[in-house]
Amino acid sequence: MITLKNINKTYDMGQASLHVLKGIDLHIDKGEYVSIMGASGSGKSTLLNILGILDNYETGEYLLNNTLIRDLSEKQAAVYRNEMIGFVFQSFNLINFKNALENVALPLYYKNISRKKRNIIAMEYLDQMGLRDWAMHMPNEMSGGQKQRVAIARAIISKPQILLADEPTGALDSVTTVEMMKVLGDLNANGLTTIIVTHEKSVADETKTIIHIKDGLIGSVERK
Amino acid sequence: MKKQKIKEETNHSSPLGVRGGFFTINTIQEIFDSLKHNKLRTVLTGLSVSWGIFILIVLLGAGNGLKNGVTSNFSDRATNTVQMWSGTTSLTYKGLKSGRSLSFGDKQIADVDNHLVETSNQTGVITKQLTITNKSEFGTYDVKGVDPSYDKIFNLKFEPNEGRFIDLLDNKESSKVIVIDKKIEEVLFKGTASLGKYIKVGDLMFRIIGINSKKARFDNGTAFIPYTTAQSIFNPNMKFNNIAMSVTGLTTQKMNDDFNDKLKKTMSNSLSYDKNDPQAVYFQNSQRDYLQTMMIFNGITIFVAVIGIFTLIAGIVGVSNIMLVSVKERTREIGIRKAIGAPPATILKSIITESIIITTIFGYIGMMAGIGLTELVNYIMLQSAAGNPNGPTVFKNPTVELSYVLISTAILIISGVIAGYMPARRAIRIKPIEAMREE
Repeated sequence: MITLKNINKTYDMGQASLHVLKGIDLHIDKGEYVSIMGASGSGKSTLLNILGILDNYETGEYLLNNTLIRDLSEKQAAVYRNEMIGFVFQSFNLINFKNALENVALPLYYKNISRKKRNIIAMEYLDQMGLRDWAMHMPNEMSGGQKQRVAIARAIISKPQILLADEPTGALDSVTTVEMMKVLGDLNANGLTTIIVTHEKSVADETKTIIHIKDGLIGSVERK
Repeated sequence: MKKQKIKEETNHSSPLGVRGGFFTINTIQEIFDSLKHNKLRTVLTGLSVSWGIFILIVLLGAGNGLKNGVTSNFSDRATNTVQMWSGTTSLTYKGLKSGRSLSFGDKQIADVDNHLVETSNQTGVITKQLTITNKSEFGTYDVKGVDPSYDKIFNLKFEPNEGRFIDLLDNKESSKVIVIDKKIEEVLFKGTASLGKYIKVGDLMFRIIGINSKKARFDNGTAFIPYTTAQSIFNPNMKFNNIAMSVTGLTTQKMNDDFNDKLKKTMSNSLSYDKNDPQAVYFQNSQRDYLQTMMIFNGITIFVAVIGIFTLIAGIVGVSNIMLVSVKERTREIGIRKAIGAPPATILKSIITESIIITTIFGYIGMMAGIGLTELVNYIMLQSAAGNPNGPTVFKNPTVELSYVLISTAILIISGVIAGYMPARRAIRIKPIEAMREE
């Protein structure tokens, strides 16, 4: 499903440059539950952003369902982000002037589904996340855990094939972290390929495969 | 069943397939949602646009008010008038002695008309000092026998309901009609209506057909009667000593000098005197006044144009700046939208449409407020000047032509949209992850 071949990524830092990913090779099959671990600055978030087509890479090949991502136009990439990939961020990245329902429904707007229909669908997903009563609340009226569940609902409303989560529990307390991991585990159990970036061992232990990244290279892969 | 249908629709959107058109009800709802949810931003951005357009119209109106005021004050000097008076020769000419007393007749008027294409109106002026009497009131005034063209040469002024100047029929029939200055009316009629009434001029009765409101600078008032009437009554030998004419197209000093030379030569030939004789005929060309007035008009026009251009530039900068900031602060939102699959063109069109809606609605409000204020000021000025509508003023009718208002408003709206387009285009071009990091 996902194949990375010799992926290199460098950040231009003015006069100097920072070589973050130094030739990543990786293969992830459909339905896998993977965590990517590593120290700060190891390149794990950059790798996830590349997988989510939110960032580009200099050299190498990224094949998603046998399609070379580098060849996609920006319009095609948008369709991939909308229909194939769901992304959950550490800082939630909800649109602060939209309520929970509108945030969740937003990806469907870009599929040209009417507001009435997308709101009905979004309500189902909020219900699934236990947030039906919070549908009309604005993000600033919600707790971190609630916001992250809204973000997950938004990420999966388009029925993507892959869910990418960048430190999804980074801003949550321990109790909420456990709840969040249960949500992600259930989604994976239903067949959703799930990839999590985390620096927490307890979070990574919930997944079936742990990839360790060190200095821009894959150090080891633990499969359970 | 309903739920099943909805799910089918969601799933029916073929993976990686083509989306629907842009300007759907869906899109319009999303745009208005965005405007509604960001009331403060929308209103502040809109008010800035309104303010820019409002100030533009008010300043243009102020410039126009100044121009109209000055124009009004100088309008009586706006004609290039030439007059000549016959004198006594001081030089011999082709066997003719010096000391001959010259006078004009119809031949000289015809010569001016035939030889000088620059003249547009000309009249002989027969002037007599006569006593004018209305019942027990009387005074001694200059009574001028003139052609109807005199009005065009000297721009006399007739307020509504204050009659007219002498016309061709009056002249043809040598009617006993008279036009008097406002000053004369005030003396002879003491504030009562005089139009249509009869007054005694010398020994004859004349009917008043017009009251001239144009103020003469130095005399105590003049009355005008038809040229032919004056010829038959006061001037049986058909001679007179003053010809007045207006000239057109002489916009420079040199053109006026050349015209003066031609006129002198024409008169010299017509009356047989030495063209260099300084006392034979006296000439007065109001070119200096005329050119000065033209210079003031041109100066004011340039001044108002400069005000307009700089105000427009200031407006463009102001409106563009607010749109630039307004869109730039949405970079993170644009990043989030991209991350969840918004096509770049959809985001761009959405932002541009929002910009157009804001600038158009609030631009219209600013435009109407600007027009309203200038019209209000104009109304107040008209009311306060009602007692003395011809009084001197440096500010008059501070309104702007609607076409200028619409064009200026359109320029500001387009500038605002372009200014909004630039950061939006940048935001959709950068990677979503970078856009999301911007605050």
